Amino acid sequence: MYNEASVVGTVIEGLREEFPNVVCVDDGSTDGSQGIARAAGAVVVQHPVNLGQGAALQTGIEYALQDPGLDCIITFDADGQHRVVDARAMADRILSGEADVVLGSRFLDDRTKLSAMKRLVLRTAAVQSRLATGMALTDAHNGLRAFSPGVARGLHLEQNRMAHASELVHQLAEMNPRWVEQPVEIVYTDYSKSKGQSLLNSVNIVADLFFR
Amino acid sequence: MQIIVQIVLVLAVVIMSLALMRGGSNARHLAIRRIMLVLFACVAAFSIFFPELLTRVAHLMGIGRGTDLVLYGLVVSFLVFMATTYQRFRHMEAALTKLSRRIALDEVALPGARDEQQRRADQPDRRLTPPAHGGQ
Repeated sequence: MYNEASVVGTVIEGLREEFPNVVCVDDGSTDGSQGIARAAGAVVVQHPVNLGQGAALQTGIEYALQDPGLDCIITFDADGQHRVVDARAMADRILSGEADVVLGSRFLDDRTKLSAMKRLVLRTAAVQSRLATGMALTDAHNGLRAFSPGVARGLHLEQNRMAHASELVHQLAEMNPRWVEQPVEIVYTDYSKSKGQSLLNSVNIVADLFFR
Repeated sequence: MQIIVQIVLVLAVVIMSLALMRGGSNARHLAIRRIMLVLFACVAAFSIFFPELLTRVAHLMGIGRGTDLVLYGLVVSFLVFMATTYQRFRHMEAALTKLSRRIALDEVALPGARDEQQRRADQPDRRLTPPAHGGQ
């Protein structure tokens, strides 16, 4: 999370009802989000400086992997755009042994409402990653994912900012795990819209991927 | 005829820039870049004293004026500078990320040790404390 003080408490409390361990990676927030996350019952891992979402994801995964009793890792955005119900369903699919990776997709059912332009950009990104990796994803930039410990151990994200989503798909494709997609709902509140990425950021993502 | 020379020149510029950009940071590439920088500086200084000579060289290559030749050289060296600086920046960023992650992970107790986490949760404002699980 990065400066999510107004929402992160509710998000973590919601997660704590379903999941015993919640790790919140703080990416150098300056608004006191850390204290709120701790009070809500999460373990807070603090980056001393702001590094970006990809870096935070990798830190969280590395922290969780230190736990010998680990059975499943779920990545869940701190801004409240994901639903705990979806995360629970994804965890169950990992725990039942159905798959090693469960990726959330907002395009598998019609719960998520989004603009035509955003839809087009996201679908294009999905088609691009399908062409590049052979994984037939329907949604390439969905932050809700579940990994088995084995797969999580194979992830080494080096793209600190938003291009980590494509990087992650590439690394998954190389590991070739058993993967499935799970229909999830993205809740576009006014808050998440105001914090969310501008479509122009897709230009930055392409540039980051191109000039490695 | 002119257009063919121009296309060849553009290709040469692009290929050379890409080669230098992709070159990475090993000593050989660094040496090549430095030699090119010195050469470029010499040509630039030379052209101030003998502008007509530079123009003749430019004509040989199908370029209108000597100044244009210098300009093209400048564009190439600028692109190379940009690329190498960008690469260096990326390396530094990767190092910073590793360092920050190490600090972040060392700061909290290992997962599973809930008591220790609880104790630390009571002091929310402490940052950058030494690792709780022994030295490395």
